[in-house]
Amino acid sequence: MAGHPSTYEPQYAATRWLDQRLPVIRMGADFMTFPSPRNLNYWWTFGGILSLCLVSQIITGIILAMHYVPHVDMAFDSVQRIRRDVPFGWLLQPMHAVGASMFFLAVYVHMFRGLYYGSYKAPRELLWILGCVIYLVMMATAFLGYTLPWGQMSFWGATVITGFFGAVPVVGESLQQWLLGGYSVDNATLNRFFALHYLLPFVIAGVVGLHIWALHHVGQNNPIGVTPKTKTDTLAFHPFYTVKDAFALCIFLLIFAYFIFYQPDALGHSDNYIPADPLKTPAHIVPEWYFLPFYAILRAVPDKLAGILLMFAAIVVLFVLPWLDTSKVRSMRFRPVARPFFFVFIFFCFILGWCGAGNPDDVAVPIGKGLTFKVLSQISTAYYFAYFLIILPILGMTEKAKERPVSITKSVLGDHAAAPAE
Amino acid sequence: MKLTINKIALALSAFAVLASTSVFGVSYAAGAKSEYKMEHVHWHFNGPRGSYDRAAVQRGYQVYREICSACHALDYLSFRHLGDKGGPYYDKAYKNPNDNPYVKAFAADWTIKDIDSETGDVIERPGTPADKFPSIFDNDAAARASNGGALPPDLSVIVAARGGGADYVYNLLTAYGLDAPKDLKLTGGLYYNPVMEGGAIAMAPPLADELIEYAPIEVNDHGTIKTIPAPVATVEQMAKDVTEFLAWSADPKMEQRKSLGFATMIYLLILSVLLYFSYKAVWRDVEH
Repeated sequence: MAGHPSTYEPQYAATRWLDQRLPVIRMGADFMTFPSPRNLNYWWTFGGILSLCLVSQIITGIILAMHYVPHVDMAFDSVQRIRRDVPFGWLLQPMHAVGASMFFLAVYVHMFRGLYYGSYKAPRELLWILGCVIYLVMMATAFLGYTLPWGQMSFWGATVITGFFGAVPVVGESLQQWLLGGYSVDNATLNRFFALHYLLPFVIAGVVGLHIWALHHVGQNNPIGVTPKTKTDTLAFHPFYTVKDAFALCIFLLIFAYFIFYQPDALGHSDNYIPADPLKTPAHIVPEWYFLPFYAILRAVPDKLAGILLMFAAIVVLFVLPWLDTSKVRSMRFRPVARPFFFVFIFFCFILGWCGAGNPDDVAVPIGKGLTFKVLSQISTAYYFAYFLIILPILGMTEKAKERPVSITKSVLGDHAAAPAE
Repeated sequence: MKLTINKIALALSAFAVLASTSVFGVSYAAGAKSEYKMEHVHWHFNGPRGSYDRAAVQRGYQVYREICSACHALDYLSFRHLGDKGGPYYDKAYKNPNDNPYVKAFAADWTIKDIDSETGDVIERPGTPADKFPSIFDNDAAARASNGGALPPDLSVIVAARGGGADYVYNLLTAYGLDAPKDLKLTGGLYYNPVMEGGAIAMAPPLADELIEYAPIEVNDHGTIKTIPAPVATVEQMAKDVTEFLAWSADPKMEQRKSLGFATMIYLLILSVLLYFSYKAVWRDVEH
């Protein structure tokens, strides 16, 4: 945090020498003593969890890349070879595939936490935007990675997604061919997707560095959204939050391990065990679960271009959120009107996910003549955008917030605040 | 009042979570609008501690060899896999499956096309454990020509490649002989099978009672050789056995995975408890 004085004292000649030239040890030490609000709850543990997800994906990914063959005739076989013959390939491959799902699970929790506690508000606008950039690059990386096993869903998913670019007016067709390296998804596409899939995680790692830098400059938000003012409002990151993060991380790993060892295929699609066949379209092309809400938004409108624009707008709107939410109050705890609207927002995000998995013309809810997935996704899409573009801007101006505690210490200790803390 | 709104919103979110997670529950449509009810089999490999029924996988290999292999290949399997740890013919005495006499004998039972390194001629020789299972047809066109235009799918990952998994394969093999719905037009060479998407399948009923004769199976049970008598080869028995074999073929490392998983879960559980008490100890004097 700005104004967080460094307390690191190099003990040895060598560390003094290093400290005068490249103070990396000092940086690590300052991270450990970083003053963190004392009232952070478990929703704040997902930052650490996400770091581990990224590291795990990069390590397993690099090893898998040593055995994977990016060629249309050999990609599927090479994945089977990894699972059957490569030592511990049977463990690494599900770790990487399940890891992608776990990464998204954690990132969604992390984002919903930011939305609920107003972590995007001044002075954290850039911190939030960097997070949105990470999320966007994660989506690209996951999509590219899903193409690599070269199963039916890989191939047809890639065909559908790259088809979006063909809908761009005038230059669409050329743009699509440029991306694919040909007229359709083929070996050239697979090769460049592999190259980019290897590149983008390091872009993510770079932006994560900026994200953490920004975080350490402005300090963590906290559940009551009141900026720490005195020494008693904060605790040193270590040992207080290292131990809390470690516990939460371990629980997360239990869920992760359950999927790797007992349900490695539950989050994927069985069609991806069929080698890609350009002449045979699967009955239902569905993306991975973490893209389903956006897929539902895409299919909510009949026009292809409008659907694509709407889908991109659903992400763009997150980038400008700091200026859409006009309320000065960060935490939803003190926003009695906005809070229920937020829970309805979460509700519709899940409904969008459900709609993305369903067939648009099938009946989702048997009310009246039957509410189809298409109509349901239209309602949900409308709410998704209304929440950001109408509800938050208006509520910020009209809502009367509840009284907020004067300080974190006071909110934690209540009336005992007068007594010396700890 | 405001509290109730919050509660309703929370309840709605909870409902949405449930509704959207139900998407991941296995749901597979068996033939568009048929009356057929999928039979759920109690597989030996189900559940977190489930393992493959070694005798069933061995019988299943016999079914594959004597019936299925007339048309279907096992592209991702080599003979040596049969003797790998977790495989049907694994024997502790033969850590290297290439030395396993069962595996050698099964490999030799197949004919492999090769090139004579002296003359360059195409020759045929008996298989060795290191060989892959050979393809059945020279190419896809030949396979289609022999099967009324339909391409027999590779079976090595079939259990993973179908929604419903092992149950799907078992039901597909046993759901022949039912009356087709009136609106289903079966053109020449197609059979009615309600488990197949669309209800029409090009594969003739592959199994019939006592089509093969099972050999008794010898299992090495902690040093003593036990003989498991051969069951009668009914359609259901053969379907079950070959599905068990194909389940192994699709996921041959399942037993290793589950056993490492068990250890990992216990380890993480203990670590979680320790970390929880560390957390409590560190935060003992801090109100938060």
